[in-house]
Amino acid sequence: MRGSKAFSYPYILWLLLFTVVPLFIVIYFAFTNDAGEFTFDNFSYMSLYAVVFWRSFRLAIISTVICLILGYPLAYIMSRLKKKHQTIAMILIMLPMWMNFLLRTYAWLTILENNGLLNNFLSWLHLPEIAIINTPAAVGLGMVYNYLPFMILPIYTSLTKTDQSLIEAAKDMGCSERQVFTKVIFPLSIPGVLSGIIMVFVPAVSTFVISKILGGGANMLVGDLIEMQFLGGAYNANMGAAISLVMMVIIMIFIWLTGKIDKNGDGEGSVLL
Amino acid sequence: MKKNELIRLSGVVKKFDDEIVLKSLDLSVADGEFVTLLGPSGCGKTTTLRLIGGFEKPDEGDIFFGSQRINDVPPNKRNINTVFQKYALFPHLNVEQNIAFGLNIRKVDRKETKRRVAEMLELVNLRGFEKRSVTSLSGGQQQRVAIARAVIQQPKVLLLDEPLGALDLKLRKEMQVELKKLHETLDMTFIYVTHDQEEALTMSDTVVVMNQGEILQQGTPIDIYNEPANAFVADFIGQSNIIPGIMRQDRVIEFLGTVYDCVDTGFARNEPVDIVIRPEDLLLIDRDDRSVQPADRLLKGRVQTCLFKGVHYEMLIETEGFTFMANSTVACEVGSEKYLDIDPDNIHIMKKSSIETVTELEHRRELDPSEPEEEEEAER
Ligand SMILES: Nc1ncnc2c1ncn2[C@@H]1O[C@H](COP(=O)(O)OP(=O)(O)OP(=O)(O)O)[C@@H](O)[C@H]1O
Ligand SMILES: [Mg+2]
Repeated sequence: MRGSKAFSYPYILWLLLFTVVPLFIVIYFAFTNDAGEFTFDNFSYMSLYAVVFWRSFRLAIISTVICLILGYPLAYIMSRLKKKHQTIAMILIMLPMWMNFLLRTYAWLTILENNGLLNNFLSWLHLPEIAIINTPAAVGLGMVYNYLPFMILPIYTSLTKTDQSLIEAAKDMGCSERQVFTKVIFPLSIPGVLSGIIMVFVPAVSTFVISKILGGGANMLVGDLIEMQFLGGAYNANMGAAISLVMMVIIMIFIWLTGKIDKNGDGEGSVLL
Repeated sequence: MKKNELIRLSGVVKKFDDEIVLKSLDLSVADGEFVTLLGPSGCGKTTTLRLIGGFEKPDEGDIFFGSQRINDVPPNKRNINTVFQKYALFPHLNVEQNIAFGLNIRKVDRKETKRRVAEMLELVNLRGFEKRSVTSLSGGQQQRVAIARAVIQQPKVLLLDEPLGALDLKLRKEMQVELKKLHETLDMTFIYVTHDQEEALTMSDTVVVMNQGEILQQGTPIDIYNEPANAFVADFIGQSNIIPGIMRQDRVIEFLGTVYDCVDTGFARNEPVDIVIRPEDLLLIDRDDRSVQPADRLLKGRVQTCLFKGVHYEMLIETEGFTFMANSTVACEVGSEKYLDIDPDNIHIMKKSSIETVTELEHRRELDPSEPEEEEEAER
């Protein structure tokens, strides 16, 4: 017992140094002003940024929903392919992720720009050009593109884990192909769906690069706001820390809520349908 | 064809990638019958059941349900339910929801469902487990949920794939009795798979002995036990002494250089045959005990071992050329000399031809496992 405890010391030290200590620093900054005095001002002034929060959450929710709508069928189709083809599909999905995140996003800039690839293509077809760059739609597109694999993979994993004999049992009980899906396959993939939602929503709600590149100045998100407090013109580290803290709490509540759905689903999955 | 025939397989062939798993199977099951498919692992029992259930399609041949050909009818449209080898309970549903699953699919109304689920729970002795998660149940309990989930559908035919395989001996015996009772009360046809010969013999109306994708014998448990069609069946059905012999004439058999009376007729003179003698049918007598024929005309052997097996003693008797197994409630002293007395009724004689096929096959397979099946077919 004692020996195994000693093994955990480096990890505890790591945790202390890089998680607990920084957390306390953030909390300290959030509750002080630039003179180092205790205050709630950072939180009471945050209502100024309500519109940014709203925009962030709205975009993150929309992108997550789109990722789910696109990702679930994709994951489902993948899980029904032959083993060999599954591997190929998996590589195709992972491939873009091996490219740098910034590079990928800048690539979208050159596509969506007013005289970018998309509009050139449209005018070549004699169709009206569209002004999509610097709109929330462009930011949403960037989010969906970047985070879609994080939706597909956990769903795919939970779908392939589903025992074939359960599907046969469902048919044996009289299920049509559709009922097999709604009564067995889908309920059993809910854990995958939930972790997909978390894995898309959390980075989407706190991203700052995508909105900067594809949204121009007009579509500032919470991530940009925080960045601005530390590195940008609005320099106010205390405010930055307070916003970060609020975001963290919201995300924690969100994860806790999805966890609860999962627990409820356990044993009563059919209720969800 | 049997009367009230419900299920018929006719010339069914099943291949997986070029490997022939079922070689032209013919099987007929009567309405209300308890049929057991018995055979060693990998002989095609599960495959046969899956064909009847609709989870596999035959490559050749037909499957009939009553007079309807059901080769292409999907499982959900067959009035057949399965208790799967590995239960296949739905982990996202509790006990009650698992059992009610089929009724919910058929939109049976709530009150009726509740009543029938309660009835099923009573039947499989799981009252009070309604809300339990199926993953928290023991193997035996999961098994009973699986049975309840299938039986509640009131199918014409219930397929059970080694449903008691995972249970300990005591529970297995109990469940055997329960299943048998269930069969009697439900008026359903049971097609049951097992590789436990005792289970097959005690539970079934008809036993179907399979090996390597073929049916070797089909009959009542008593027929199968007393009149095994060949050496494989005899060996598989129970520990038996199987000895080659020669049919000297009607009712006279010679084996190991000794002549015995028997009751079989219809063999050619001096036809080579195989003989089955059950361990419990060997009477070990001393030289001057009363016997069917004079002692000096009986086989003489020496007791090698004598093990106590609970109800009886199991002894190995070494004779010249063969070591017999004998069961008796009376122990014999190890090393003592005994004479083997056998009632003519208990000497079971089997045709050699069919036997040789099986033993030869077994033997050849051991020597060269890579040999393709077709050649064996051709040689036969
Ligand atoms: N889906 C499949 N693909 C390829 N081969 C298969 C498949 N299913 C079964 N087989 C093969 O068919 C043969 C018969 O299998 P089956 O499952 O019917 O045996 P079984 O009699 O039920 O054995 P057990 O007592 O071990 O359950 C085996 O050799 C097995 O390897
Ligand atoms: Mg099997």
